Amino acid sequence: MAEIAIKGVAKRFGGFTALHQVDLTISDQEFVVLLGASGCGKTTLLRIVAGLERSSQGEVWIGGRRVDHLPPRERGIAMVFQNYAVFPHLTVFENIAFGLRMKKLPQQEVERRVNRTAELMHIEQLLKRYSGQLSGGQRQRVAVARALAMEPDVILMDEPLSNLDALLRLEMRAELKGVLAASKTTTIYVTHDQVEAMSLADRIAVMHQGRIVQAASPVEVYRNPAARFVGSFIGNPPMNFIPAAKAANGSWTVAGLTLSGPKSDKPRIEFAIRPEDVDAGGEGLRATVHVIEPLGPHTLVTCDVEGGLFRAILDSNASVQVGDDLRLAPKPDRIRWFDPETTNAL
Amino acid sequence: MNAITESPVAATADARKAGDLLLVATALLLCVWVLLPIYLLIVNALSSPDQVTAFPKRFFPSFDLGSLSFFINFAGVARALWNSVLVATLTMILAIGFGAPAGYALSRFDFPGKGAFRFLVLMTRAFPLPLLALPLAVMFIRTGLDDTAIGLALVHTTLALPFAVLIAFSLFSGIPVELEEAAWTLGCTRWQAFRKVILPLALPGIAASAVFAFTISWNEVFAAAVLTIENRTLTAFLLQSLGESPLYLKFAGGAALVVPALIFIFAVRKYLFAMWGIANR
Repeated sequence: MAEIAIKGVAKRFGGFTALHQVDLTISDQEFVVLLGASGCGKTTLLRIVAGLERSSQGEVWIGGRRVDHLPPRERGIAMVFQNYAVFPHLTVFENIAFGLRMKKLPQQEVERRVNRTAELMHIEQLLKRYSGQLSGGQRQRVAVARALAMEPDVILMDEPLSNLDALLRLEMRAELKGVLAASKTTTIYVTHDQVEAMSLADRIAVMHQGRIVQAASPVEVYRNPAARFVGSFIGNPPMNFIPAAKAANGSWTVAGLTLSGPKSDKPRIEFAIRPEDVDAGGEGLRATVHVIEPLGPHTLVTCDVEGGLFRAILDSNASVQVGDDLRLAPKPDRIRWFDPETTNAL
Repeated sequence: MNAITESPVAATADARKAGDLLLVATALLLCVWVLLPIYLLIVNALSSPDQVTAFPKRFFPSFDLGSLSFFINFAGVARALWNSVLVATLTMILAIGFGAPAGYALSRFDFPGKGAFRFLVLMTRAFPLPLLALPLAVMFIRTGLDDTAIGLALVHTTLALPFAVLIAFSLFSGIPVELEEAAWTLGCTRWQAFRKVILPLALPGIAASAVFAFTISWNEVFAAAVLTIENRTLTAFLLQSLGESPLYLKFAGGAALVVPALIFIFAVRKYLFAMWGIANR
């Protein structure tokens, strides 16, 4: 049983602030993904929870116990590193047993746990090998098995799949999700890959420039981005943004179309829509088609709306030509509005 | 036609053959460079006094142990040999004992003056030993360290330490810090992680720098000659007593100097090469 609470954690490296007062509460057995571009502070935050890095201020609580002054070994965590960190001078068996031997568990228990986790990660036949004799994917399995064998309250993963090739990553992703769900641990998982984040997470914490911009379920993060950054970072292709001018109180003009929106004093705000949330034809945004990319299940159309780039995902049956003037009707319930100054959702 | 098509092939084959020849010749030359003096030393040490001065030389020694046994029984040799081993072993322990932690600190921690420290470590080799020997001798006499194994070992340690520190530094830098961090998350203290993970991986390199420290001390003659009188090391003893000895005794003494160093390097050779399938960095 381990709830993790990160309270006002900040980290400064000299004059550079890597983390600004981050708050995040993770409930027991929850799978939280820290998602962000490189340099956003996600790995620093994970390392502070692990105890490999000291925070400049703030508190970290694990399982109702304040741990930020404790060394990593006393925090009840296990960690999987990006480069696996499998000990090269020990066999796979001894690697998995390493933490158990540190706990001074009886040999019988050590063997039981090593065999169980090895079976779970499908590496039973590799137990006598050394790390130098393993492939990247196998090393990854050993690293995960070594963490699981500890039966920790919390598992921390730092981009564990980023060194694997695409096919293997897909396979390991599904496997990890199953194994971690069954192990009933609380997991913090760091990645820059949004597909990985969407597919694994119970909750995604999107990080940007040392702050958590939004922490919500994958669908919520996708559908209702709390800030412009989230909309532009998540989704491939990302959200479309068009400037909107005030027409009347609660109604806005967007690319020649008048739409009802939030009530605001500001003269200009930003209209946003996901590429798949527009329909061709009828009354809509005036768009000039530039590029057409048929992708099979649907067709990606890149057009020009009010001098800005706009991507729409249309049905593959839509008969569109380059140079066409299209009318793209946004689905009213999928329209989002952002404040251009604070970049927050309205 | 044939001649035209064949000639380039023949030319490259010739070039390859010449390259191979050059490689073999160079290897042979290097082997001879290293082995010939040792060979001559061993042959002459194992020959009778007449054969040493005779010409032409015999290819195989006569295994006459006369000069060797005379040398071994020569007053003071056994003691000098023991002193040499003692001083070299102490030097090795001190150099690794100080050098390995210093190298670890240099590779893992950031502290003010790190660059200056690295530079200064190397700078200690800039002072010629003869310049230091006299003041050292005076200081040693005052503190009572003169003519002791530990005193000489301290001097030899200062000679060996820069290498020990720099070898250890590059050694520890080559071991990913994540291995250590993984050990911490798996329940190790910093010391346990060092002992269980870093040390086994660094052992080949540490053994190499230990051998280096041992041989530096074993071969050092100047400080040994100045700072010891009764407790001479073998080099200092040979310098003093064999200068006027007959040739065959010099050879026996030379062999006595070389053979223990060879045996020592042979004993730790497996640590000098790759271990656990990873190359020695």
